[in-house]
Amino acid sequence: MDKVVEKVVAGDVRSVARLIRDIDDGIPEVRESLKGLYPYTGNAYVIGITGAPGVGKSTLVDQMLSHIRKKDKTVGVLAVDPTSPFSGGAILGDRVRMQRHSMDSGVFIRSLATRGHFGGLTQSTRSAIDVLDAMGKDYIIVETVGVGQDEVDVVKTAHTTVIVVIPGMGDDIQAIKAGILETGDIFLINKADREGTDKTMSDLRLMIEMDQRKYEGGKWKPPILKTESIIDRGVVEFLEEVEKHKKYLTETTEGLELRKSKGKVREELGEMVKNRLIQEVLSKLTETGEFDGAVQAIVEGKTDPYSACDALVLPRLGLHTG
Amino acid sequence: MKQKRKVRVMVAKPGLDGHDRGARIIARAYRDAGFEVVYTGLHQTPEEIVEAAIQEDVDMIGLSSLAGAHKYLFPRTVELLREKGADDIVVCGGGIVPDEDIEMLKEIGIKKIFTPGTTLEEIVKWVEENVKPR
Amino acid sequence: MPLTFDQKVFGDIRKAYKRWQERLDKVFSTRSERLERFSTVSDMVINRIYTPSDIKDQDFPGDLGFPGEYPFTRGVQPSMYRGRLWTMRMFAGLGSPTDTNQRFHHLVKEGQTGLSTAFDMPTLMGYDTDSPKARGEAGKCGVAIDTLKDMEDLFEGLPIEEITTSMTINPPAPVIWAMYIAMAEKRGMDRKRIGGTIQNDMLKEFVAQKTFMCPPKPSVRLITDTVEFGIKQVPRWNTISISGYHIREAGSTAVQELAFTLADGIAYTEAARERGLNVDDFAPRFSFFFNSHLDFFEEIAKFRAARRMWAKIMKERFKAQDPRSWWLRFHTQTAGCSLTAQQAYNNVVRTSLQALAAVLGGTQSLHTNSLDEVLAIPTEEAATIALRTQQIIAEESGVANTIDPLGGSYFVERLTNQMEEEAFEIIQRIDDMGGMLAAIEKNYPQQEIADAAYHYQRQIDGNEKTVVGVNKYVMSEEIPVEVIEIDEELERLQIEKTNRIKNERDNRRVKESLGKVGEACAGDENTMESLVEAVKSHATLQEVCDVFRETFGVYRDPGVY
Repeated sequence: MDKVVEKVVAGDVRSVARLIRDIDDGIPEVRESLKGLYPYTGNAYVIGITGAPGVGKSTLVDQMLSHIRKKDKTVGVLAVDPTSPFSGGAILGDRVRMQRHSMDSGVFIRSLATRGHFGGLTQSTRSAIDVLDAMGKDYIIVETVGVGQDEVDVVKTAHTTVIVVIPGMGDDIQAIKAGILETGDIFLINKADREGTDKTMSDLRLMIEMDQRKYEGGKWKPPILKTESIIDRGVVEFLEEVEKHKKYLTETTEGLELRKSKGKVREELGEMVKNRLIQEVLSKLTETGEFDGAVQAIVEGKTDPYSACDALVLPRLGLHTG
Repeated sequence: MKQKRKVRVMVAKPGLDGHDRGARIIARAYRDAGFEVVYTGLHQTPEEIVEAAIQEDVDMIGLSSLAGAHKYLFPRTVELLREKGADDIVVCGGGIVPDEDIEMLKEIGIKKIFTPGTTLEEIVKWVEENVKPR
Repeated sequence: MPLTFDQKVFGDIRKAYKRWQERLDKVFSTRSERLERFSTVSDMVINRIYTPSDIKDQDFPGDLGFPGEYPFTRGVQPSMYRGRLWTMRMFAGLGSPTDTNQRFHHLVKEGQTGLSTAFDMPTLMGYDTDSPKARGEAGKCGVAIDTLKDMEDLFEGLPIEEITTSMTINPPAPVIWAMYIAMAEKRGMDRKRIGGTIQNDMLKEFVAQKTFMCPPKPSVRLITDTVEFGIKQVPRWNTISISGYHIREAGSTAVQELAFTLADGIAYTEAARERGLNVDDFAPRFSFFFNSHLDFFEEIAKFRAARRMWAKIMKERFKAQDPRSWWLRFHTQTAGCSLTAQQAYNNVVRTSLQALAAVLGGTQSLHTNSLDEVLAIPTEEAATIALRTQQIIAEESGVANTIDPLGGSYFVERLTNQMEEEAFEIIQRIDDMGGMLAAIEKNYPQQEIADAAYHYQRQIDGNEKTVVGVNKYVMSEEIPVEVIEIDEELERLQIEKTNRIKNERDNRRVKESLGKVGEACAGDENTMESLVEAVKSHATLQEVCDVFRETFGVYRDPGVY
């Protein structure tokens, strides 16, 4: 067995940390390790937490960690923060609010930056989830700022997707509606001591119930809960809902393990093929100079983007231009 | 697509002193230099810092201290990294550190101490030259 | 409205100004102005010159008036320094209580007129010296206090009946104050006669200094307990020193310092009123604490604006009747963050200018930083020079001969107005957010300060702002400065001392008294009396603070950068 695989499966923190770094940095060799790790995955339950900046996601995760640990279950956290588009750097500050768990060997926290490589975030986060899963973590929490499509895709990877809002964010709820409302399995109104909680509650309820037919036949209907995670209010009840959703999924999903249900596998493989294709084809085209050549040709009016695209892509896939 | 390895650094505030103006400014400067910066927040023990640094797989830890406790906190951090076999992580420090202590800290393995008045450019340049993604 | 200026003069001024501008433009067309942009250390843009046109609408009695009269722009007392000089109050604390006691005796002997105590980090955070969190910190940046015995040793032989004491303590302020009261009572002093100040300003801790223990709401509740207890039991004590100093040190601008400090004051006033207290009973016991930074005129204007703003806030917003409620009495410390490790002797000059600004701004008491404070705790020699700086300003320079000597300066008056205006805008924004507590929860002031600090650092790095000896006039050879060493043995000795007390005390009584503290915290009862009892039973600082932490929870750094 691959040495890295052996160490990760044994729960060696340094190896896990290193491997996630290699995944993030796009080191080609990680593919072999990930292949080796795959048989050890499929046991963790993945919870995705998303919401606008400042809604208190990290504090919520911090409290979740305490409660999950009380039940003697282990947890991995992947906290995703945006990369600065100007410098390519990032301040990864979610950890601040979870630092009190850093000495707990049952908790592994890793901060990730979005880095802005298209499709890459989803892929690297998925791979990182695999690593934590193979490491033996019972729960994996993925926290992202719910803004870009990438982040939304990341959250979709989860078994239970949680959308966090705070009172008095009327417009933001509209924004959520446009993007990720349909992916939410549980809605949380955090900082629920603030004015406007009831209004936010009824707004959300209205939105969810607009599509009543979706929930016919015992389908999961997303509950809306109130929390004040800073003082740990409502967090236990929230985790009970997560368990309910887990039970619902287990009962309604075909396939032995949730993570490897046909639906999930189909989705994941589809994503992976898509990303890989883009990666391979685009990097080849860049290396050979064909891409820049085509750009030049279009600029000079020698061809149009449609023809150029056909000429670039089709031969690579063993197809012929029309 | 191959991408270059990113420098990952940790900005940490060991001890009880809350003077985090410097630490926060440095964190921003590192971000603006293109590094990924993990910030630990205040009031950390060396144990917590080292554990976090390992989980985050950082290339460097920058410790900031302004209330005189560096003589215990800095060496303890280096010692713990060594115990965990993670002493390939570069440790540097900044803040109010008298000249007499700098020699001692360098001897026990702190690679660099930045004293008040060092510009952000100087610090960033030092990191770029001395900290390579491992 | 009785305007200071006859409105007819402005036409002539405008004409003359235009003429002068044109001449100047000619001069600067051949060689440019010294700087592209002239601005204060807070980056407030400054014009070439100021004239009566800049303070056209000034109404002398309404905007300035006389010292001791509303709106107090020119000073809170009618006599100001013609009556009595400001209190020279040097912040001191190092090592063990006995070490600090010796430093206090030295300072009093050298003519200091008030005491000011610096505590070490474990004490400031509510931990005893033996806590694992306290490793390596004992006595490093102040004195270590674990028990009542330490408080007694700290003030041994000092005339606390005549000299008031200020204690820079925040999360554990009620406990430290209880220790002070217990110590004074043991000496036979009546509570009603005990005078002094505790900083006890938690809001600025969340915003700036980051010494925190419990979340904001219970923190304000404990503060309100001290305010109430003060009125009823220890009427000569200043229960809150509302502090802008640390806000500024954390990197805010002068206007932000002004606005956030007064917004904190508003929050404490509201909390006390919600408790059912009458504003005129507690407001006279509020004092303030500001920074005196590098930019001379900006600072003077800030102090003057602060007085006028607070008077308006108390009179108009809170309907206070007693003129003493309108007073903004303040302590000043020169800016620690302005000192440089490079060519450290230059710090004496910086501090002198900052002290001068504080005096011209009408401060009630003053701490001048020592030249070595950027390196370590000051040596006795350095602390003496800093004290002498104040004495020279007071008794040689002549600046204390007249009251508010810069009043009427077109520039200073304009700057005062401008800062007031901008600060009130920020206060309005905070009000719109639901007050300072809500603003802090939104990380608003934290973010504003972080942005300002980064901006200033970038200006220094880019040589837009000069720091002598750092980015200009740099010398390769440094003149060495002697630095004080704190004995590493201290930690062990202090732990031994506290353990001895723990062994000798009546532990049943300790347990009972801590139980009472817990009950008071959990209910609505004022906690102060139970705290005095607890410290008298020799409960340690941490034992009491652990009760706070258990009852109210622990606040952790939200990590705003």
